[in-house]
Amino acid sequence: MGDYVRRLQLPGDSADLSRRSPLSQRLHLDIPLLLLLLALTGFGLVVLYSASGKQLGAVIRQGQYFLLAYGVMFVAAQIDLQRYRRWAPWFYLLGLALLVAVMFVGVGAKGAQRWLEVAGFRFQPSEILKLVMPLTVAWYLASRSLPPRFKYVLACLLLVGLPSVLILLQPDLGTALLIAASGLFVLFIAGIGWRYMVGAVVLAVLSAWPVWMYVLKEYQKQRILTLLNPESDKLGAGWNIIQSKTAIGSGGWEGKGWLNGTQSQLDFLPESHTDFIIAVLAEEFGLRGVLVLLALYLLIVLRGFWIGLSASSNFGRMVAASLTLTFFVYIFVNMGMVAGLLPVVGVPLPLVSAGGTSIVTLMAGFGVLMAVSTSDTSGRR
Amino acid sequence: MPQHIPLKDPSGDIRIFGARTVLSVLVVLVLLVSLLARYYDLQISNYEIYRTQSERNRVQLQPLPPKRGLIYDRNGVLLADNRPSHILSIVRERVDDLDATLDELQALVTISEADLENFQLKLQRRRPYEAVPLRFRLTEEERALLAVNRHRMPGVTVDAQLVRHYPYGELFSHAVGYVGRINEQEAQELDERNYRGTFHVGKVGVEKFYEDLLHGEVGYQNVETNAHGRVLRVLERYDPVPGGDITLHLDFGLQQTAFEALGEQRGAVVAIDPISGGVLAMVSTPGFDTNLFVNGISGADYSALRDSLDVPLFNRAVQGQYPPGSTIKPMMAMAGLQSGLVTPESTVADPGWYSLPGDSRRYRDWILKIRGTGHAARVDMHMAVAESCDVYFYDLARRLTIDRMHEYLSAYGLGSRTGVDTTNERPGVLPSTRWKRDAMNQPWYPGETLSAGIGQGYMLTTPMQLAVATSVLATRGEHRAPRLVRSIGGELQEAPLLGTVEATPEQWSAVQESMRAVVHSARGTARKIGEGIGYEMASKTGTAQVIGIAQGAIYVEAEVALRHRNHGLFIAYAPYEAPTIAVAVIVENGGGASAASPIARAVLDAWLVAEDELADG
Repeated sequence: MGDYVRRLQLPGDSADLSRRSPLSQRLHLDIPLLLLLLALTGFGLVVLYSASGKQLGAVIRQGQYFLLAYGVMFVAAQIDLQRYRRWAPWFYLLGLALLVAVMFVGVGAKGAQRWLEVAGFRFQPSEILKLVMPLTVAWYLASRSLPPRFKYVLACLLLVGLPSVLILLQPDLGTALLIAASGLFVLFIAGIGWRYMVGAVVLAVLSAWPVWMYVLKEYQKQRILTLLNPESDKLGAGWNIIQSKTAIGSGGWEGKGWLNGTQSQLDFLPESHTDFIIAVLAEEFGLRGVLVLLALYLLIVLRGFWIGLSASSNFGRMVAASLTLTFFVYIFVNMGMVAGLLPVVGVPLPLVSAGGTSIVTLMAGFGVLMAVSTSDTSGRR
Repeated sequence: MPQHIPLKDPSGDIRIFGARTVLSVLVVLVLLVSLLARYYDLQISNYEIYRTQSERNRVQLQPLPPKRGLIYDRNGVLLADNRPSHILSIVRERVDDLDATLDELQALVTISEADLENFQLKLQRRRPYEAVPLRFRLTEEERALLAVNRHRMPGVTVDAQLVRHYPYGELFSHAVGYVGRINEQEAQELDERNYRGTFHVGKVGVEKFYEDLLHGEVGYQNVETNAHGRVLRVLERYDPVPGGDITLHLDFGLQQTAFEALGEQRGAVVAIDPISGGVLAMVSTPGFDTNLFVNGISGADYSALRDSLDVPLFNRAVQGQYPPGSTIKPMMAMAGLQSGLVTPESTVADPGWYSLPGDSRRYRDWILKIRGTGHAARVDMHMAVAESCDVYFYDLARRLTIDRMHEYLSAYGLGSRTGVDTTNERPGVLPSTRWKRDAMNQPWYPGETLSAGIGQGYMLTTPMQLAVATSVLATRGEHRAPRLVRSIGGELQEAPLLGTVEATPEQWSAVQESMRAVVHSARGTARKIGEGIGYEMASKTGTAQVIGIAQGAIYVEAEVALRHRNHGLFIAYAPYEAPTIAVAVIVENGGGASAASPIARAVLDAWLVAEDELADG
């Protein structure tokens, strides 16, 4: 104890500090989280090789994305948490500006305008919001007393609503809902009262009818109707669901074995390497494989919550818990949709589906988590 | 300690976070368990069902294309039916070496470049285990050859499918139109689901205009097949909904009469029932055999049709735009009466030419080169229509001005599409000062008004427009959009009333009387076709110049190359007192109206005599 007090009195004693904090602390890496992520991405590459029709090229490309994504994660982990807090509102404004720009000069396909093109490089501004939204709401609430009072809740709803509506107008309902959720999770973690949550649920139920009538596009209604009764449209939209359910179901407990999934290998399964990759996994590795995957996901989620709980500042706690919840929502929505529990929305299976953008965004999020977990203990001040 | 102190309270915050995190973990666990339950349900509880479904080469979903609706004439004569045709298809998944199989097949049956192209296109868009068509309409001999050799070629199938057939291909080529194989562009525009298993789509005419109705709704069946793709049993089946049958207003006999009357000449005939607006005949010659298009026309056949100087693929009845010539004079006379500029009694001096005040240029009347003088010293409206006096209408046009002429004549549907239910209709031109400014960026010159007054110059009409305008005259003002289709699935279709031409009964009578005199008077321009006629008609002749004639030159027909000869036009309705048919005829390079009027007589005879026989019987 005496030692401890003496050390605190000598803040400049770097030799002591380095002895006390291991290498991982200095590199701002959370080792359990990193190991889990490595296991998950490794498993993902194995499944992808089969899902892409044994194309090594697809696996190598995905591997390169992972390298890039781990790099982004590492950099994101080095940035001080207070800096995130200071930057959040500015990034939020930048994101809003880009979303407005998309409305006017955006490019897209099939009636949706989602991309900005700068010097031949295409990106979706909504992708930035996936990270910035929880940071911004957390920034706003971090300096206020908790649970937040009514007017602050309203302000948060405005912060959440603005970009969500802009994305909804693109139109991209799935992304708009996910981004809105990531912001609302912060409110939830911040201890927003039960009556707000009950009120929100009541409001959602009441608004279901006008949304169905005026907001949803024909193809979105079709997806929901198809979910309720996939048999009604066997040749059209129901095809994907029927095929993916068949793939999953025929995997059984043991699975058909790696590279032996008939549904996926014979091209019955649509989008087998992207959004529907879990069906390949379930077919070839069986329920056992699904359990392993879910266990990995659960451990990552629990680690995320743990980081949040042990964070040294309110800002860190809210950011960590919200990012973790959002990550889980991706898992649930994707696995639910492929199994026919939820309507088909374009949500990839986190860190397993092929595709660079979502991987980089997710890993940047984990970088922020690591920044929370390894930020200095002086945050309590 | 009170809970709601509005101060920063770190320990309180941590309690909140702790509680909410625990809650989050619980929610996550519940959702994870529900996911697991779903996967357990699929993979363990229903494993047998899904394993059976996924068993390779066993169960597959087959689309059942609907039967295309039939097309009949008004009396029930079948104009478009479906006949079984044998199709050679390939299931890609069952073929190891596609190129080798294709080579082998080519040794047995003829497969054209177009067939292969179509096949490759369909191959890209197929579902797993879907049969992709390679050759249509196999002959008896080819089927036998394939049957003998097929055991060596797994994945090759021969199926019968109903394919469009036109029993009277050339006669109804433009009226009915045709279907053809779905091309790449159409494949993108059509509802992919509803056209799964369908290889043909309406390309032109009624076949295209009513595509949605004729096509029907796709059905499907789940079938169990053996390893060679042969269907063992049907597990479930949802029948397709066949397309609706269509009955046209067209009369087979009338169509045939018009077609034969035109003979080798290039031209068009459109006959309309003025009361219903139904199109009784629509012929454009030369026609072509529409069956050639159904299963992919050969390159040689197609270039022959496309490159022919006679442009057989061109539907003159709605696409052909010709100067109406003197056939617009009855409408002009109505405009003169309606505007009050002329009365049936007022007259115009006719020296055989006309000139604008202060302009020495002489606008000749066609009679000048025949008689060297005008029709009479003074010409009234009746004579002007019956004898087709140009001078009278030069004068009327000048006083009416081009823009009011545009206003009056557009009430007959000139200058805009008639709205007939077929494809590729063109609007013609009803000029005005504004039109010329928009189209040519030029001012309107007074002399052009005179040309327009006799249906020359910029004015262009389709035979369909002329037939509609004639119907308006016959019904004393009812302007309807013509209709080819009389009923769909037994349900009668109305021809929409687009507007009415307002005039007094006396005014209508004056103009109709003058039109009657065209045939039924000693000096009428078409008196020749009145010989031995058993009914009365109202009509008007017309001649349309194909090339401009230089000022001062006298036009000598024999010297003009055949394709520069004038077009002959004729419009008529009959019987005079209670019209049941209105007809417009154009004969390209026919020389003059005398080429067109006998054709109209033949069509009217066929319709009225047949009607009489029906009434007598």
